Amino acid sequence: MNINWFKYASPASFYPLAGKMIPWFAIPAGILAFIGLVMGLFVLPPDFKQGESYRIIFIHVPAAWMSMVIYLAMAFWAIVGMVWNSRLSAMMAIALAPTGAMFCFLALWTGALWGKPTWGTYWVWDARLTTQLILLFMYLGYMALHAAIEDPRRAARASGLLAIVGAFNVPIIYFSVQWWNTLHQGASITPNKSEMAASMASVMLIMAVAAWLYAIAVALKRVRCEILDRERHASWVAELVTKTGQVHG
Amino acid sequence: MAEWFDMGKHTWFVWGSYGVFAFFIVAELLLLERRRRTILQRLSRTSRMNSGVNDET
Amino acid sequence: MTVIFRTILVRELTLGLRRKADMLMTLFFCVIVASMFPLAVGPETELLRTMGPGIIWVAALLASLLSLERLFGGDYADGTLEQMVISSHPLAMIVFAKVVAHWLLAGLPLVLISPLLALQYGLDGDEGLILVATLLIGTPILSLLGAVGAALTLGLRGGGVLISLLVLPLFVPVLIFGSAAVDDAAAGLSIEGHFSLLGAMLIAALILTPWAIASALRISIE
Repeated sequence: MNINWFKYASPASFYPLAGKMIPWFAIPAGILAFIGLVMGLFVLPPDFKQGESYRIIFIHVPAAWMSMVIYLAMAFWAIVGMVWNSRLSAMMAIALAPTGAMFCFLALWTGALWGKPTWGTYWVWDARLTTQLILLFMYLGYMALHAAIEDPRRAARASGLLAIVGAFNVPIIYFSVQWWNTLHQGASITPNKSEMAASMASVMLIMAVAAWLYAIAVALKRVRCEILDRERHASWVAELVTKTGQVHG
Repeated sequence: MAEWFDMGKHTWFVWGSYGVFAFFIVAELLLLERRRRTILQRLSRTSRMNSGVNDET
Repeated sequence: MTVIFRTILVRELTLGLRRKADMLMTLFFCVIVASMFPLAVGPETELLRTMGPGIIWVAALLASLLSLERLFGGDYADGTLEQMVISSHPLAMIVFAKVVAHWLLAGLPLVLISPLLALQYGLDGDEGLILVATLLIGTPILSLLGAVGAALTLGLRGGGVLISLLVLPLFVPVLIFGSAAVDDAAAGLSIEGHFSLLGAMLIAALILTPWAIASALRISIE
């Protein structure tokens, strides 16, 4: 069996493929999120130590994971785009960024709201929260650079390079922040993994998978927009528009 | 029903988290759909414009 | 290879020394920022002593950001940079020479002035010396990483602010280890680890960033 993967590396053939793939990710994401929410919010009893506030963990942890994973995925697509000089990979990197930044912000927000009842303060300079904040700055810098460059080719390549440099730095930043944190004996959030009940862990896992599928579905949808925008002068886009134009009347 | 939403003294924290989370997800989906629609509209407008030019010539 | 390095270095230094005002402005900025903090937080000696290393580091960091736009800006405007990119000499070597010259003109003066700032914050004796040493290792890293940002934002509107957005998050590890070394020395702890980590970061930056800067310039010039 010899699938020609490079066929799908061209935006023209990836556009319809992405359209067909979206429901395969979006529908399971919706179902899993629904199950996870019902379990996490209504079925599971309150935690004996943290009370009701532990329910925030079910969205906080997946958001934090996704923000890291999406940054790495961005850097991965940027590297692929740079090595094979493929436009589609560069578009994938750009399509992922807003979702990653959103999850990054949500991880900070839910972390703050979880911290208030748990430690009595909205913000602590904990190693993970601080790294998350710096990661948010890196997302914003990436998107600002991409938005500031008008030439789409230069924008894609420049922001791709920034993503790669940033991805090399994320582990160094995490390590240094953690070290800085222990030095200053700040608070450390370690949701005790050994203590976590199996039911709680499974809800968290369900929510994480849902977030993962959601991110893929949204990135595919956004990459379709990106392709249409970038390829608007291509003949296949014109054909597509006349076809859908008839459908819409 | 109301007791489901009652999270004791943590109501604001839990629903504040979930509410903002839901808001962002919905907002992202709506913005994305709107972006798609604007792009398609603009493209169909330009294609109609171009075909009009072709008819005249 | 060394010939091109020396040629560019001499050229950059000559050009830079002809515009001493640029150099002095950066320096003055650093001094004035560092002098604002005591006015804002109050003159308590103990407070200033604990905050001093951090403040001087942040001031040096901001000052080195200021001069970044000039690093490639002038050569970009008059087309010299394009000639450098298409020349047969390795671009990484050319940009490395440019960054070294930039550090000698913008970074080294900050290092040399820092003992004075340290005195303002009551960091006399060993702590002041350690601060100077951390800045000596740390500011070249700032110049090298900053040059990547400068190359990426070449010719863009609002480039100066954009550089800061891109580069400041990357400066975090240097800032942490640099100022923590002084804090720990004051607390009587061993600071060998800080210096070896800063040194490791410097070596990694020396090896990796010239390539990143060169490819960023190629992207921006094309």
